[in-house]
Amino acid sequence: MRKYVPKDNVQGKAYYTDRYWVAPRVPREAVEADSHFATVVKALGRSAKESYVEIGQLVIHIDAAKNLEVMKKLKESCGYTQCSEQSAVDYLAQDGEFELFYQLLNITEAKRVRVVCRIKKGEAIESITSLYKSANFAEREMFDMFGIKVNNHPFLKRILMPDDWEGHPLLKTYPMIGDEFASWYEVDKIFGKEYRDVIGPENRDPSRIDRYDTKRFSRVGYEVPFDADISAGEKEQAIEYSETILVDYTKSSKQLDERR
Amino acid sequence: MAQHQVNYASAAGLPIALTSVDKLVNWGRSNSLWPLTYGLACCAIEMMASGASRYDFDRMGTIFRASPRQADVMILAGTLSKKHSEFARRLYDQMTEPKWVISMGSCANTGGMFNTYATVQGVDRIIPVDIYLPGCAPRPETLQYALMMLQKKIRRESANMNNNTKQNLRLV
Repeated sequence: MRKYVPKDNVQGKAYYTDRYWVAPRVPREAVEADSHFATVVKALGRSAKESYVEIGQLVIHIDAAKNLEVMKKLKESCGYTQCSEQSAVDYLAQDGEFELFYQLLNITEAKRVRVVCRIKKGEAIESITSLYKSANFAEREMFDMFGIKVNNHPFLKRILMPDDWEGHPLLKTYPMIGDEFASWYEVDKIFGKEYRDVIGPENRDPSRIDRYDTKRFSRVGYEVPFDADISAGEKEQAIEYSETILVDYTKSSKQLDERR
Repeated sequence: MAQHQVNYASAAGLPIALTSVDKLVNWGRSNSLWPLTYGLACCAIEMMASGASRYDFDRMGTIFRASPRQADVMILAGTLSKKHSEFARRLYDQMTEPKWVISMGSCANTGGMFNTYATVQGVDRIIPVDIYLPGCAPRPETLQYALMMLQKKIRRESANMNNNTKQNLRLV
């Protein structure tokens, strides 16, 4: 027999904890000699601090200060002509650093390279838009989402969030439902701060039912007049069952459709 | 002592005549509801389907207008992001009175599944809403039903919009 588990409150707690769960790591393989990636690593020379292959992609760790130099070499001598993505990862809590990555594509060889570098909080990175036009929006997004400044960028401005937004939403310290600025943004912008009291805070629980709200919720069995204030003390009322509201399902219902 | 006499000069001096004017005006208003061509997200696809020939909004006198100056109804079809909220409100302000608002779908009603920093948690935070239409996304029939409910609502209203307190609800 199966072990008995009380089932009266299965929603209240999780079945398991992920305390000892360790995320599986993608295996890192060494760069094979005489492969295309070996020539790439050789071309970069000492700029490549660390290099390995992950799921068929070459990953190269470099110094953040040398990013433009490395990209130039990759583009001009290794044939990586496209920058498909560029962004950052927030490791501020772990290491006090951001990890920046550049995802590059070589079309003739059908190979991809990820260039990874790390910068401290508050440090800026050199823009690679002079080499890759596609990095323009990616760098703006990185600035928008993480607050990482990009030097020599042609138009460094927020791209997703509004221009007057405060905070950088992809930081791990940024709350999912937004900070105070975010939660009042539309009210402050449209009506002004003085309307915060009129409109009230956001309701983050769409299924919330206010038991004292007599405007929007009907109280079956405890009917009160519309918009009556019952917050002080509720008047006890006898439950009156109505034939029209409560249907007795045990009774056989009348057949409405004659074709059946 | 003629105080019991009806003051014909004041508003609602002729109750019988005004009631029929109400009916006439509301008949016209409710049967030519022109919504704004304004889609925010995937609900707008259903809204477009409602306007197209299979479901055919035109037979209800509902013709989408491309200008807020010519529109009576604003169908907020989809997720309203905080960045866009300003412009949605501006479009609403640009519509001429009388105007009505249908909040279409879960996202417009409550923010829906987007319990995030960037989504307005219900368009009624910035725009007074007449009809809340549930669904994700609501079928075209549901939108038609919402529009018919709005027609019923308009027919119940006074033709003089100043008497209707719902305008600028929560903003007074």
